[in-house]
Order: sequence, then structure tokens, then C-alpha cells
Amino acid sequence: MTDLHRLSIRELSEGLAGAKFSSRELTEHYLKRIAKLDTQVKSYVTVTAEQALAQADAADAAIKAGTATALTGVPIAHKDIFCTQGIKTTAGSKMLDNFISPYDATVVAKGKAAGLVTLGKVNMDEFAMGSTSENSFYGATANPWNLGHVPGGSSGGSAAAVAADLAPFATGTDTGGSIRQPASFCGLTGLKPSYGRVSRFGMIAYASSLDQGGPMARSAEDCAYLMNVMAGHDAKDSTSVEKDVDDYVANLNGTAVKGLRIGIPKQYFNVAGLDADVKARVEESLKKLEDMGATLVEIDLNMTEAYVPTYYLIAPAEASSNLQRYDGVRYGYRAENPVDLMDLYKRSRSEGFGAEVQRRILIGTYALSAGYYDAYYVKAQKVRRLIQQDFLKAFESVDVIAAPSAPTTAYKIGANLSPVEMYLGDIYTIAVNLAGLPAINAPVGFDKDNLPVGLQLIGNYWSESQLLSVVHQYQQATDWHTKRAAIAEENA
Amino acid sequence: MAQAQKKPKSLLIDGWEVVIGIEIHTQLATQSKIFSGSSTEFGQDPNTQASLVDLAMPGVLPVLNKEVVDLAIRFGLGIDAYIDQASVFARKNYFYPDSPKGYQISQMDNPIVGLGHIDIQLEDGTVKRIGVTRAHLEEDAGKSIHDQFEGMSGIDLNRAGTPLLEIVSEPDMRSVEEAVAYIKSIHTLVRWLGISDGNMAEGSFRADCNVSLRRPGQPFGTRCELKNLNSFRFIEQAINVEIERQMEILEWDGTIDQETRLFDPVKMETRSMRSKEEANDYRYFPDPDLLPVIISDAQIEKARAALPELPAARRERFVADFGITEYDAHVLTLTREMSDFYEVVVAAAGGAAQGKVSANWVMGEFSGALNKAGLELADSPVSAEKLGGMVARIVDNTISGKIAKQVFSFMWDEGKTADEIIAEKGLKQETDTGAIEAIIKDVLAANEKMVEEFKSGKEKAFNGLVGQVMKASKGKANPAQVNELMKKLIG
Repeated sequence: MTDLHRLSIRELSEGLAGAKFSSRELTEHYLKRIAKLDTQVKSYVTVTAEQALAQADAADAAIKAGTATALTGVPIAHKDIFCTQGIKTTAGSKMLDNFISPYDATVVAKGKAAGLVTLGKVNMDEFAMGSTSENSFYGATANPWNLGHVPGGSSGGSAAAVAADLAPFATGTDTGGSIRQPASFCGLTGLKPSYGRVSRFGMIAYASSLDQGGPMARSAEDCAYLMNVMAGHDAKDSTSVEKDVDDYVANLNGTAVKGLRIGIPKQYFNVAGLDADVKARVEESLKKLEDMGATLVEIDLNMTEAYVPTYYLIAPAEASSNLQRYDGVRYGYRAENPVDLMDLYKRSRSEGFGAEVQRRILIGTYALSAGYYDAYYVKAQKVRRLIQQDFLKAFESVDVIAAPSAPTTAYKIGANLSPVEMYLGDIYTIAVNLAGLPAINAPVGFDKDNLPVGLQLIGNYWSESQLLSVVHQYQQATDWHTKRAAIAEENA
Repeated sequence: MAQAQKKPKSLLIDGWEVVIGIEIHTQLATQSKIFSGSSTEFGQDPNTQASLVDLAMPGVLPVLNKEVVDLAIRFGLGIDAYIDQASVFARKNYFYPDSPKGYQISQMDNPIVGLGHIDIQLEDGTVKRIGVTRAHLEEDAGKSIHDQFEGMSGIDLNRAGTPLLEIVSEPDMRSVEEAVAYIKSIHTLVRWLGISDGNMAEGSFRADCNVSLRRPGQPFGTRCELKNLNSFRFIEQAINVEIERQMEILEWDGTIDQETRLFDPVKMETRSMRSKEEANDYRYFPDPDLLPVIISDAQIEKARAALPELPAARRERFVADFGITEYDAHVLTLTREMSDFYEVVVAAAGGAAQGKVSANWVMGEFSGALNKAGLELADSPVSAEKLGGMVARIVDNTISGKIAKQVFSFMWDEGKTADEIIAEKGLKQETDTGAIEAIIKDVLAANEKMVEEFKSGKEKAFNGLVGQVMKASKGKANPAQVNELMKKLIG
């Protein structure tokens, strides 16, 4: 079969179970596509062909033996931030270019237990710091819709791989929009779950109180399948929540769009820099939801102006501490011929970390320093609580909140925005992480340059099922999510 | 034992008042580490007890060992302290090879144990209350090894992540004696409560002493911290040396630099390790990987109910009920095991009235034998019941104190009861008046010269005659009876 890459996860699951094709055929098909097309997209850092085929054979045996799960034999790509035993795990950094993880992240282990076949590890901004995937030691990944543009970030490799049909779905992580924004730039569905829903164990930390793993796929239904694998309490992660997990696939029609109250924050649609096409497509999608029976309610989110400064104090502060372990002593990059311990530290870190990582370490170190801690970090934490309260108050009158996922469509590669311009691009996503809420991106059309536009729906805590359900029903009524980039139409 | 001489009331040294505050790191007695689940066993091959979490691999996360919380609560109750029911772990950031994460997980703004106190007893019997500012949970670092590899350093992370309770005192101590008494009291308490083995040689109990001097009534002077003192002798020596050093500087109108100093017991001096300027900015902030430690009222009440009688209370009870001296009570409550042992001895000896004679035996002959044999109390061949049983035979005049020493010696070697030994060896005391009189008459007849000497006023001759009687009875005659009858017969 030459069009296996067009099948949804449900179709793959049914096809494998019904022996229409084997996991080996499916895996070889994807590996062939990667070999042929990824030279242009550059989404993979490591392709694990040999292990993938062994896993595929094991999956085929399990299917025959009748011990398969719904996803046994389905291929996946993991963001290179998830530790994978025996496989290079780089976080997009020179610092970890030589790091072979001795263990599997919980998300990866759960994927293996569910029978998923790992195609490889996909590119990302170094340590998940960035919005373009250009901040990678392995170079920029291209946006499949226009290879001259970025796929977004930090989970840009995941987004590009799925959008180019080089993986049926992928894991991503979202600290300030790193699932939703690349999903938006690449025309995918991507879910950032509530903080604590998915285990962070084995997910290389950027900002611990904000990081959350989630699925990236072509549809809400595909995301639901992956969420069923990723979600759940993990005793190895103290911040993971002991709370029953929904069956996200079974619940896909669980929340009716009819009667759904969608909050429209007036501050969000008056942001300077909100692209006219983006605004138009998002408003059209909201009109469509209204036609389907939803009610649009204008709401106030008064803390909007505080989002960027608050996030860019808290995230770098935590990062500055999380990244202290990369010291050249036990693993990872070590400077050559250090003259003493201080030289080893300074040069290993100066040579091993890229510019954006160093910038955030410096900002974070400053924010936590004696004499500045109260004015910056403590104050930011207080504002963070106000932002959270702002959302909770809004959820008293609406079910979900709508916003663009990003103010623009994908940037050109090498656009070289200043850090502040780049940070302002996170305006719609970062507050969700500060509040720990779940949010989803759904593709809702294209701009004048045929680059995808995304709608973001933000839910209350633990409303992942609701978000997936709403987007699923929207996707039943529209076909934006079925559009493919030209490169995805190519056959290997 | 003699009471120590009363110290002069003023503790001033050449007009300087010594001010000491102490930080104690005590290793909590858990089988596994505070955040990783690895074993805490001492003395294993380097890095064999270092897990992925201890090695700070990318992506790993800490998970709190709940047992340490119970141990910290127990300590808090032991010093009558406030227990924070939502204490917070914080990161203390610094680079060092034996700190694999680049930060130590500790507690800063919300320690699990808040303000408490402990009463220390000084040698002259006075009791002083020392404030304990706080006690917080933290993880130990690993160990750098600099002497085994040419041109390189080794890192052993077996100890990294070992649970510690850091106990911080108020600057309430005014002399070396008070400082040592405080540290010993905390040492006794942590072992008493079973929260630490207190093994100083293995580093499970270490003290940092902050020492400063001032003129009475003046604000606190600049302090120096003496780090990682791991024996009582070193603590005493280090503080004394540091007091002298500071006094020398201050007497010449010099100023003390705030710094951390290391004690060199060979050269008997303290040396600067790092100054305040060189000190790290640790950039403490709440650890986002760990939730606040929520402690319920029920958890505290359960710990309170399970709390043993504390050393100070037991000391007071021993003095009040058993009629022993403050000093003896202090010695007998240095460990919970010894005080339990003593209580059993008293009970077996016949109860509270036998407290004094029991104390003499436990602290004297018994402790001496243990020391001589190099044995721990738990390994003693003579149990508390047996020792008490022997004391009972002294009390009921079955044997004399002198014979008891023989009996004890046999008990030690043979493991039998006093009654068995007395019966076997025929050591029962002679209390039959007729029999004793007969021996006395024989002795008087055989020592006419001494009798004469006594009658002519030489009192010492009387003791000589008593000695002869005791000898003739092979020590078994009741000495009091011998005295009494001798006086009558010699008349």
C-alpha cells in the first residue's frame, strides 16, 4: 500500500487489527518516507529504524497472539526531550549531543507498553526554549506547508513530522505554548493537558511548574488515542495528579457544542500585532461553532498585559536551576583540557549551551538573586496567582475560552526577531501554563500565503475530554484538519 | 562520685562575653534516601548506592520519602516546637562536583520544625533553657575524593541524598561548657527518639559552631562559623581556640571578619575557609518538583501519643522517685537504653527504695565491666533483671556488698542468676548471731594483744579485729552484725 500515511489512528488501529497490513509494512512505509522526505523537512534528530522494525515485529506477533492494545503496532515520533533508553536524547542541545539515556521517560515507557513503535526522536528548540525550532544544535526544521518557514516551537520537529506525514502522531511538550503554537503553524491538532495530568518523569525539565507533555496529531480523535496512553498518575512525579483518567476516545462526543458557552476575551482580539488573516480565520471558526449551537460570550481577562513579563521571570528562574546539572562532570558535553574546576564549569556550559538558553539562564539567575528575588520572582508568583484567578472567574460564566494560538502564522526561517518580539508571540499561550489549565489548538484555515491558522480553546482544569470532544465535533463539520501540505502528498 | 566544683557565676573571660549558636546536621535513621529510594547503608563501594535520581540524570524527579517527615515531627515534639503543617522544600543552588543537580534540596522559608527549646544541665547541676530556632529537612551531598587519583578527583555519590535534619539553635550559649552540653543534649535526644544513630565517626551527627565575642550589654559581635566538627573533643577544642583568636584580635582593637573557618586539631588552630564575600548566593526558591509537605492534625497527635518519656522528664522522675542525685540521673539518662536498663534494675531490686543502690551498681561495677569488655549495653552478658536480682540479695542481707562483687563477677562470666551463684558457691551471708559470736570469740582469744591495744584507746585495733572476723568467715559474716556483736563482746 502506498497511502498508509493518509490513514487516521483509528484506521491504522482497525487495519492492523484486521490484518489489512502489518506493523512492519506500516513502519517500513514511514521509514521510507522519512528517508526520502526528511532531508527537506529535517524534523528527525535520530531515526531509530532498527529498533522500530524490531518493535513492529513484536507488535505483529502480539496482534497475532491476541494480546494487542488499540495502538499496538502504530508508529510514533517522540520529541527529543523525552528520555529513551539506549537512544540518544539531546533536548536539541550540544550539551547532550553525546547523551544516551539509561532509562525511559514514563511517557515513553507507557507508549512501549501500549505497543507503539518508535520511529525516532524529533527536533526541538534547545531545552524547549524557543518558538521556531531554530534554537536547535541540529539546525532548523522546515514547515511542511512552506519549507522556507519555521514549524514553530519548541515542539517544531513533532509538528513538522506529523504535518509532512513522516509520523502518524507525535509527543510534544508545552511550557509556554510549545505544543499549541507549532500545531497552529503546521495545521495540526495539539493538546496541552492540565498541569499534573501527564507524568514529567523522564521529560527533560525546562520550567518544572509549567512543563507538560501532550499529543500532537492530525485530528482531535488522533490526539485522544495518544492521550489515552500518556495521561495518568505516576508515583515517580510528585506533581502528577492522582485523579481518574477519562477514556478520551470514548468521550469524543461527550460534550455537545450545542449550548456550549465560549468566552471571547475582548483583550485578546485587540492585541497589537494580531495578524488580520489570523483574526479573520479565528472569528470564522467561532462563527461556525456558533452555527453549530455554541453561544459566544464576551469576557474580560484583565491580566493580559502581565502574561509575558510574568512568564519570562518564572520560566527562566526555574530553568536556571534545572539546567545547573549540566556541568560537564557526569555526562554530556565537557570542555577539553580544563585548567581547573571553575574552568571546566564555565567552558562546558558556555560551549555546550546555545545563545537563547544562556540568555534565559542569565535572566533566571538574576531574578533569583539575593536582593532581586522579592522584586522579581516572588512578585511574579503573586501575579501568577492573579492570572489564575482571572481565568477561574471567567469559567464561572463560560465553559471554554477561545483565542488564537498565536498572533501570526509561521515566521520565515532566519527572520531573526528580537527576543522581545519573539516573546510577544507567546501572548496567547503562556497564561495557560501559568494557570496550569488545559488548552487545545485546532486548524481553522489559512492565511493569504497558504500558511495554517489555529484556534485555541482553553478549558477549566481536567477538561481535556471536553476540549477534544468540542474540536472533534468541529472537525466532523469542517475539513480544515484534512488538508495536507504538498510534501505530505508526495509518495516515497 | 564527687560533684564538680561550682563555676564562678560570671562567665566573662577577661571581660568578654562568649556567644555561641550551633547548627547540627543529624542523619535520619531511614533505610532509603530522602528523594530517590536508594539505600543509605554506610561503607559500600563508591557509587553503588547512587540511582538515576542521585546521579541527577536529565529528566529525573525527586519523590519524598514520607518516613523522614514522621522523624522530623517526632524531633519537633521532642523539643516542644511548632510543627509547620505545610512546610516547603526549596532549592539551594550552587555548583560543586559532589552536588550532582547543581542544587541541594533543603528548606528555607517554611521549615518543618519551628521554634522550640531544650533544657541542658551543666556540671554544677544548673539547668539552662536553649532555644532551637528551627529544624529543617534536607539532602546530604556526595563526597569528593582528592587523594586517590593522580591529578584527578573522584566523586562518590553514595551519600548524596541521605536524609538530614538540620537543627539550628538560637545564639543562647555563653560558654564552651554550655555549647558542649547543648550538643550532647541534642545528641542524646535524637538517639532517644530513634530518629538518628548519632554516629559521629560515620558523619551522622556533625556540628557547626558560630562563635562571637562582645562586651556585656553590647550587640552581638561578628561571628565566625566553625564547620563540620565531628567529635565532642574537637568541638570543645575548636571553640576554645577560636575564642582565644577572636579575643586576641579584639583586645588590640581589631575587627573580626565574618567567615567560615576550619579547625585543625593537629596545629590546634582554626583557618579561614571562605569569607562572607566569597560566599555563594544560593538563590533559594521553592522546589517546583515537590509539593508542600502537608501534615494533618491526626498525624501530629499520633506522633505525640507515640512519643517516649523524654530525657529531661525522666531525669526529674529519677531524682524525685528514686532518690538519686541530679548528677547520677544525668548519667543514667544519657541514653534511652541505659535509662530503661536502670529502671528494670530498680524494679527487680525491689522498687523505688532501691534506686540509690541500683544506681551505684549500674554506674559503678556494671558500667566498668562493660567498658572493660568494650561491649555495648545491648550485648551485656548480665541482663537488667539479673543485675536487679542481685541487688535485691544485697538489700535483703543475703549477701554483703563485698560478696556481691564476687557474685557479679560470676554472673558476668557464667550468665547465671545471683541466686544460683550464691547457692552454688555458698556465698550466703552469715547472719546467725550464735555462729558469728563463736567466730568473734575465737578471734578475740587468738588476738589478745590487739584487744589490749583497743582497750588502751587505740581505735584502729577494733577495725583490725573486725577484719579478722570477716576473714575467718570467708567474708560471709554480716559486717553490721559483726560490728555490733564485737562491741558487745569486747566490752
